[in-house]
Amino acid sequence: MENNTNRMKEQILRTSGVNPLKCMRCGKCSGTCPAYDEMEYHPHEFVYMVERGDIEPLLKSESLYKCLSCFACVDRCPRDVEPAKLVEAVRLMVIRQQGQNHLKPDQIPEMLDDELPQQAIVSALRKYAK
Amino acid sequence: MKVSYYPGCTLRTKAKQLDLYARKSAEALGITMEEIENWQCCGGVFTTAKDEIATKLSSVRALSEAAKKEQILVTVCSACHNVIKQTNHAMQNDADFAMHVNRYMAPESYDGSARVLHYLEMLRDVVGFDTLKEKVVNPLSGKKIAAYYGCLLLRPGQTMQMDDVENPTILEDFIRALGAEPVIYAQRNECCGGYVAMEDPASAQKKSKKVLDSAASHGAEIVVTACPLCRYNLEKNGESDLPVVYFTELLAEALGVKEG
Ligand code: SF4
Ligand code: SF4
Repeated sequence: MENNTNRMKEQILRTSGVNPLKCMRCGKCSGTCPAYDEMEYHPHEFVYMVERGDIEPLLKSESLYKCLSCFACVDRCPRDVEPAKLVEAVRLMVIRQQGQNHLKPDQIPEMLDDELPQQAIVSALRKYAK
Repeated sequence: MKVSYYPGCTLRTKAKQLDLYARKSAEALGITMEEIENWQCCGGVFTTAKDEIATKLSSVRALSEAAKKEQILVTVCSACHNVIKQTNHAMQNDADFAMHVNRYMAPESYDGSARVLHYLEMLRDVVGFDTLKEKVVNPLSGKKIAAYYGCLLLRPGQTMQMDDVENPTILEDFIRALGAEPVIYAQRNECCGGYVAMEDPASAQKKSKKVLDSAASHGAEIVVTACPLCRYNLEKNGESDLPVVYFTELLAEALGVKEG
């Protein structure tokens, strides 16, 4: 178990290129996050939970799909931690597993309306599915 | 002058005005936009993961085509611009990533040498806003226009290198060049809700409404954007009557190349 957690942590750090030890816990990333209200774990929590190896709850969290990839937390972090890259790496850890896509193509028709741009569909598929 | 042009999926379908008026206006400014042959969709969002290779190849192919022609690669959609510029940055700065990409590109290889510009950067850095101003035949005098940057146009700032991420001026300078008056408001570089609108429209409503309320409270009459998804969210989820238009529509109107 311990080993598996370490492996997951290493994989997330490698995929994201983030060093969570740079974080000074100021909370600015979460303060500026436009998805704050929808997220169960906020960007600063992703940083310290990955650092502590507390990864299981993140893998199960809907927060992975509420992040807008707006990069506000990346540009506004005073320590250049880039929390959004951790959110992305954890999300990929889930959807790269077989059968773990968050969005399936047959769910898409009911989400469409006449104006929805193709850009929304390709973006959602890229974020939610492999 | 000729530039390589990457339109992207949405400019061919739901956002035809963004594409058509970009081309017409460019012609009026003495620039021909040569479409990249057989371009493929950029995927809409850049995956920051260092080990995502295949999802970035469509961007690399477009970059490589432009580099071969020794042309600047111009994009009009904020999202394509973001994905392609971030991919180019990775090709230039991440040797491991570039090596993996070039294994797919063999026998060709791409060295990161293309220069990517958003159409707005082309107006500022190639044409020049002063020259643009001289070419305006139909100034949009008296119009109060709120520039909506959203998230993708400027961020991440270190990679996009387009403008100051917190105090940008490129769209306001563009609006001034067309003879209109820019409206500065707090939410101009906050996210509209993006692709999350598909699954959680309530989330996008909250964000888009905030943007439009902020623009309206500063006296905006029109909101201008470069992103089809921003436009969709603001119009659909913004709960406001404020008109949202593409920057190329205003440009074509001011240059006198918009019919009707
Ligand atoms: S990228 Fe995601 S986590 Fe970061 S500020 Fe935007 S929505 Fe929040
Ligand atoms: S803004 Fe940066 S330093 Fe501050 S809590 Fe977030 S990740 Fe840590």
